[in-house]
Amino acid sequence: MQLSDLQRWPGIAGQIALVTGASRGIGSAIADALALQGATVIGTATTAGGADAITARLEAFDTPGQGLALDVADAASVEACLELANERAGAPTILVNNAGITRDNLLVRMKAEDWDDVMSTNLTALYRLSRATLRGMIKARQGRIINISSVVGLTGNPGQANYAAAKAGMIGFAKSLAREVAARNITVNTIAPGFIESDMTRALNEQQIDALHARIPSARLGRPDDVAAAVVFLASEAARYVTGETLNVNGGLHMQ
Amino acid sequence: MSSVEGQVKGIIAEQLGVKAEELKNDASFVDDLGADSLDTVELVMALEEEFETEIPDEDAESITTVQQAIDYILARKVD
Ligand SMILES: NC(=O)c1ccc[n+]([C@@H]2O[C@H](COP(=O)([O-])OP(=O)(O)OC[C@H]3O[C@@H](n4cnc5c(N)ncnc54)[C@H](OP(=O)(O)O)[C@@H]3O)[C@@H](O)[C@H]2O)c1
Repeated sequence: MQLSDLQRWPGIAGQIALVTGASRGIGSAIADALALQGATVIGTATTAGGADAITARLEAFDTPGQGLALDVADAASVEACLELANERAGAPTILVNNAGITRDNLLVRMKAEDWDDVMSTNLTALYRLSRATLRGMIKARQGRIINISSVVGLTGNPGQANYAAAKAGMIGFAKSLAREVAARNITVNTIAPGFIESDMTRALNEQQIDALHARIPSARLGRPDDVAAAVVFLASEAARYVTGETLNVNGGLHMQ
Repeated sequence: MSSVEGQVKGIIAEQLGVKAEELKNDASFVDDLGADSLDTVELVMALEEEFETEIPDEDAESITTVQQAIDYILARKVD
C-alpha cells in the first residue's frame, strides 16, 4: 500500500491539520497522508532548517501547507507556533500529537532529567497543544485530536519506565478530554504503534530485530505508512463516533 | 436597559438557546438556563469576541449569572 493509493476519506479535505514532529519517521508519513487527503498541513520540526524542509516537501500537494519550528516541551514555543499557524493557515481542526522522544535507562540509573524530558515532550505537550487548539475547534464545532502513544504504554518495557508512564498517561488524557468535548463534535483518540521502522528503532541490532520478528505475528516491523493510514481513518468523518479509543497498530504484537 | 446589557443578553440568549426578552438578570447559567460547563466556556469566548477583550480564566470562573456578565463587561469598558 502506498498512501497515495488511499481514496479520499470524507471530512479531511479543507481542514487545517497540525502535525508535531513531522520532519521524519511516523510524523512525516502522517503529514503526507493528511496532505494527500486534501488537508492543509502545518508540520513541525525542532529546527528552522527542519521546518524549511517540511515546507519544501508540502509544496508538492494540492493544498500546500507549511513547516514551522516548534519545541513541544516549551510553552512559549507552542504559543508562538500556534500564532503563526493561525495567521498563515487558520485555526487547526485536526491536531496530531506525534512528537516524542525516548531517554532509556534502568530506573535505578535514570536521571531526573531523563524522566522530566520524556514526560514534558511526550505527555505535557498534549496539555499545551490541546489547550492551544481547543478553542478553535469548539468554535468550529469540529475537531480531531489524535495522539501517538506506544505499545510500550500498554505493556511496559524494561528501561522505559519514563516513556511507558508518559505513553500510558496519554491514554488517560485522551479518555478524559474525549468526555469533555464529545458533544461539540470533537473526538480525541490514541494510536498505539508497535515497533515501526524509523530513527527510533534504527538503533536496534540484527539480533534484536530477529527477536522482535519472532514476537510479532505479522513477522515484520511496521512502516510509518501503517500508522499514517490509521490517522487518516480517525481524522475522517467516518470515525465521528469513535472517541476516547486506543487503536493498536502493531502487527498483532499486543492485543487488548 | 444599557446597550451593553442588551448586547450581553443577546449573546447569552444566542449561546444558550433562550429568548433574550425572557432573560432574568439574576438567572444562573448552569442552575437556571441549563448550561453545562463547556457552554459557559463558549459563552465567555463569545463575550471576548464581541467586546474585543480577553477574559482571564480566574475571572471567567466568577461569571456565573447574567448580571455578573453585564457587570464584568461594564467594569472592563470603563478601564
Ligand atoms: N518508531 C517506533 O517504533 C514507535 C513505536 C511506538 C510509538 N512511537 C511514537 O511515535 C512518535 C514518532 O516516532 P518516530 O519513530 O517517528 O520518531 P523519530 O523518527 O525519532 O522522530 C521524532 C520526531 O519528533 C520531533 N521532536 C522530537 N523532540 C521534539 C520536541 N521537543 N518538540 C517538537 N518536536 C520534537 C522530531 O523533530 P526533529 O526532526 O526536529 O528532531 C521528529 O520530527 C513518537 O511519539 C514515538 O514515541 C514510535
